Amino acid sequence: MTTNKDLVTSQRLRQRQAKATFFKYFCIAVTGSAVLILGILLYQIISDGYRWVDWQFMTSYPSRFPEKAGILSAFVGTLWLVSLTALLAIPTGVLAAIYLEEYAPKNRWTQLIEVNIANLAGVPSIVFGILGLALFVRFMGLNRSVIAGAMTMSLLILPVIIIAAKEAIRAIPNSLRQAAFALGATRWQVVRAHVLPAALPGILTGIILALSRAIGETAPLIMIGALTYVAFLPESPMDEFTALPIQIFNWTARPQETFHELAAGGIIVLLGVLLLMNALAVYIRYRGSKS
Amino acid sequence: MSDAVPILNALDLSIAYGKDDAVKNVTLPILEKKITAIIGPSGCGKSTFLRSLNRMNDFIDGVSHRGQILYRGSDLYAENVDPVEARLRIGMVFQKANPFPKSIYRNVAWGPGINKLPGDPNERVETALKQAALWDEVSDRLNDSALNLSGGQQQRLCIARALAMEPEIILMDEPCSALDPVSTARIEDLLFELKKKFTIVIVTHNMQQAARVSDYTAFLENGVLIEYGETDQVFTRPKETRTEEYVTGRFG
Amino acid sequence: MTALSRKSIRWGESILERVFFLCAFLSVITTAVVIFILIRETLIFFESVSVTEFLFGTRWTPLLEPKSYGILPLVAGTALIVVGVALLALPIGVACAVFLSEYASARARSIIKPTLEILAGIPTVVYGFFALTFVTPLIRNFIPDTQVFNAASAAIVVGIMVLPMVASLCDDALRAVPQSLRHGAYSLGATSFEVTTRVVVPAGLSGIFAAFVLAVSRAIGETMAVTLAAGATPNLTLNPLESIQTMTAYIVQVSLGDTPAGSLTYQTLFAVATVLFATTLILNIFGTWIMRRFREVYE
Repeated sequence: MTTNKDLVTSQRLRQRQAKATFFKYFCIAVTGSAVLILGILLYQIISDGYRWVDWQFMTSYPSRFPEKAGILSAFVGTLWLVSLTALLAIPTGVLAAIYLEEYAPKNRWTQLIEVNIANLAGVPSIVFGILGLALFVRFMGLNRSVIAGAMTMSLLILPVIIIAAKEAIRAIPNSLRQAAFALGATRWQVVRAHVLPAALPGILTGIILALSRAIGETAPLIMIGALTYVAFLPESPMDEFTALPIQIFNWTARPQETFHELAAGGIIVLLGVLLLMNALAVYIRYRGSKS
Repeated sequence: MSDAVPILNALDLSIAYGKDDAVKNVTLPILEKKITAIIGPSGCGKSTFLRSLNRMNDFIDGVSHRGQILYRGSDLYAENVDPVEARLRIGMVFQKANPFPKSIYRNVAWGPGINKLPGDPNERVETALKQAALWDEVSDRLNDSALNLSGGQQQRLCIARALAMEPEIILMDEPCSALDPVSTARIEDLLFELKKKFTIVIVTHNMQQAARVSDYTAFLENGVLIEYGETDQVFTRPKETRTEEYVTGRFG
Repeated sequence: MTALSRKSIRWGESILERVFFLCAFLSVITTAVVIFILIRETLIFFESVSVTEFLFGTRWTPLLEPKSYGILPLVAGTALIVVGVALLALPIGVACAVFLSEYASARARSIIKPTLEILAGIPTVVYGFFALTFVTPLIRNFIPDTQVFNAASAAIVVGIMVLPMVASLCDDALRAVPQSLRHGAYSLGATSFEVTTRVVVPAGLSGIFAAFVLAVSRAIGETMAVTLAAGATPNLTLNPLESIQTMTAYIVQVSLGDTPAGSLTYQTLFAVATVLFATTLILNIFGTWIMRRFREVYE
C-alpha cells in the first residue's frame, strides 16, 4: 500500500475532488444558461409586443399602417389550415398506426414502411413545401388554396402522428387483446372496443403535438405561395389564405422597428395558442395516467 | 477467534432504505488477511452490509445508517473522510462482471491511472492479471476489448482491476453467481492465493463456497447477525439453531 | 349467428385491413413522389447546366445576369450554420445531458426536461425573429463591422434551436450506460468527474455522435431562422460576420417571387432541394444507424 494507513484525504485527491466539484457546477451553470436563454427569448418577445396585443389587433386585417394592422386573416387562416389538416391527417395517421401495430405481417414491406416513416419524420419541412408546390399547387391545380396548404401540412405531420400513435398502441398489454380474441371477437372488434380506447390518451397527446407543429410551420406555406397580402377570410377550402407564422415572418422581414413589434405581438398570440394546446396535451396525459 | 485488531469493524451498524432497516444492529469484525464469508437467504441485507464497507451505498438514494464502521480504528463515515479515499483502500468486485467497454489492458490500468499510482503501469497490469490468474489467457491480446472475454474471464478481469489498485481489502458481492462451475472453481482457487496479500469479504448464497473458501463466516437473516465465528465452527457446530437449520437445510 | 353474417363480417374485416394498409402505405407513396419530383426537375435542370458546374461552381447567381449555377456558395453558407451547431449545441447539449443524467435529482430533472422541450416546441420563425431583433444587435454591439444579415446570428439561434434535441438524445445515450459501470469505476477510487468523463461519456460516445449527426441534419434543413437572419447573399466565405445564403434560404427566396413553372429558375429550386434532401436523408440514416448499433451493445 502506497498511501497512508489512516483515512486522511491526500493532497492529490483534494485536487481531483476540486476538479470534480468545479465540473459539476460547470454543468449546472451551462444547463442553467440554456434555461436562461429561454427566459431571455420569452422576455424579449413579450416586452416587444405586449402593447400591440389587443382586441383591435385580433380583429384587423394586415395594413401598411402599423397602428391599423392586425392578425384577423392570419388567425382565421391558421384555424382553417389546422382544422383541415386535422381532418386529413388524424384519421390517416391513426389508421396507419393501427395497421402497423395490429395488422401488418412481419415482412419486408412492413419494414420498408416503418423505415420510411422514420426517415420522413427527418425530412426538412421545406422539402414538403416543394412537394406541395409541385404536386398540389401546380400539378393538381389547387393554387394557393387552404386545401393545398392543409394537404402539404398533413403529409408533413403524418409521420409524427403515426409514430406517436404506434407508441401508444404498443403500450397496450397483449393480454387485453388475447382476452377479447378468446371471446370470439374479430381483429377490428378487438381494436375498436379495447385497443383504441386504452391507447386514446397517448394518441391524443401525439395528435396535439403534431398539430402544434403544423401551427408553427412556416417554410412549407411560403413554398406553396401563402405569403401574399390577404385582406379577406377564406370561405371555402379552395380560397387563398395566409397564416399566423407567415404574417409573423412578413412583419419580421420588414426593416421598420414598429413592424418588428407587430411581429412580436403575433408571436405572443402564436405562442399563446401553442401553450394552450400543450397544456391540453399535458392534461390528457395526466388524466390518462390516472385511469 | 483471534485477538488481532480487526482491519474493519462494524459496530452496532444499522442501515435503512428510507424507514425500513435492511441491516439491524450488526457488530462484525473483519480480520486482516483472512476471508470472511457473509451468508444468508436472499434479501437478508448481506449485500447492503457489504456495500456499506466501502461506501458504495452513498450512491443509492435514501440510504442512511446508524452505528459505526471503523477502518483501522478510524470512522469510515466521519465527516472529513472522502469516500474516494476509503475506496482506494477497499476495492470491490460486483455480482455481475462489469468491465469497462475498453481494452483488457486499459481496464486494469484505469484505476492506477486516475489515481496516479507510482511504478511502471505495464508491470502493474501484468502483476494484477497474474494474481487474478488471467494472464496466461490474455497476455497476447491485451488490446482486445474486454467485452469479448467470456463471463468467467470478465469476472477475473474485474478482480484484476481491483487488485491493480493494491487495496488492503477486497469486497466481493456474490462474484460467482453468474458463472459456470468451472469458472467458479477457478475463482475459488484464486481466493486462496489472494488472502496471502489481501483481506477479503465475500458475500455468497452458496453454502459450499463459504465452507470451502472462508476462514470466518457470518450468518445474516432479515438484517440481523445471527451467528459469527470460525467457518469450521459455524458449519459443523453452530451455536444457534437457526444457523444450523439454514446451513444443514442447504447443505444436504 | 348464421354462417352468412359471419362471412360478411370477414368481408368487412378484409376491406378495413386494406384501407388501413393504404393509410400506412401513403408514407411510402409520399417518399416516392418526393423523389420522383426532385429527380425529374433536376434532370431537366441538368439539360441546361452541367453537373460539374452545379456541384463545383463557385458562383451562385441564378437571379442576376450573368447567371451562374455553382451551388458551392450555398453549401458554404449552410456549412457556416452547421459550425454554429458544432460549437454551440453540441458542447452545451452534452453538458446539459451530463447534468441531467449524472447530477440532477429526479425533481430537477422533472423541471428542466420539460423546459428544454419548450425550447424545442417554439416555431422556427420565432427563432428568426429572436436572431434578428436580439442576437444580431448583440453581436453588432461587440463587433460593429458585422453586417445586419450575418451567418453568426443565424448559426447561434439554430444552435439554440437544436440544443434540446442534442441534450435529450445525449441524455438518452448517457442513461443507457449501465449503472454497474459507474459503480465499477467508483469502486476503483474515481471521483465523479473521472467517472463521467472517462467512463460514462466514452461509453455513450456513439450515442452522442448520433445526436450530433441528427442535429447537423436538422440544422441543414432549418429554413426560417436562416432566411430571416443570415441574409440572401450567396457568398463563398467562411466569415460568419458576413451575409450569406443557405440552400434552404435560397429556396424560400425563389418561392417568394413569382417564378413561372418550367423556367430554369424554377428548376434550380428542385436541384437545390435534391442536394438538401439527399444530404439530410443520408445524415438521418447514418445517425439512426449509429444509434441502433450502440443500443445493441448493452442489450
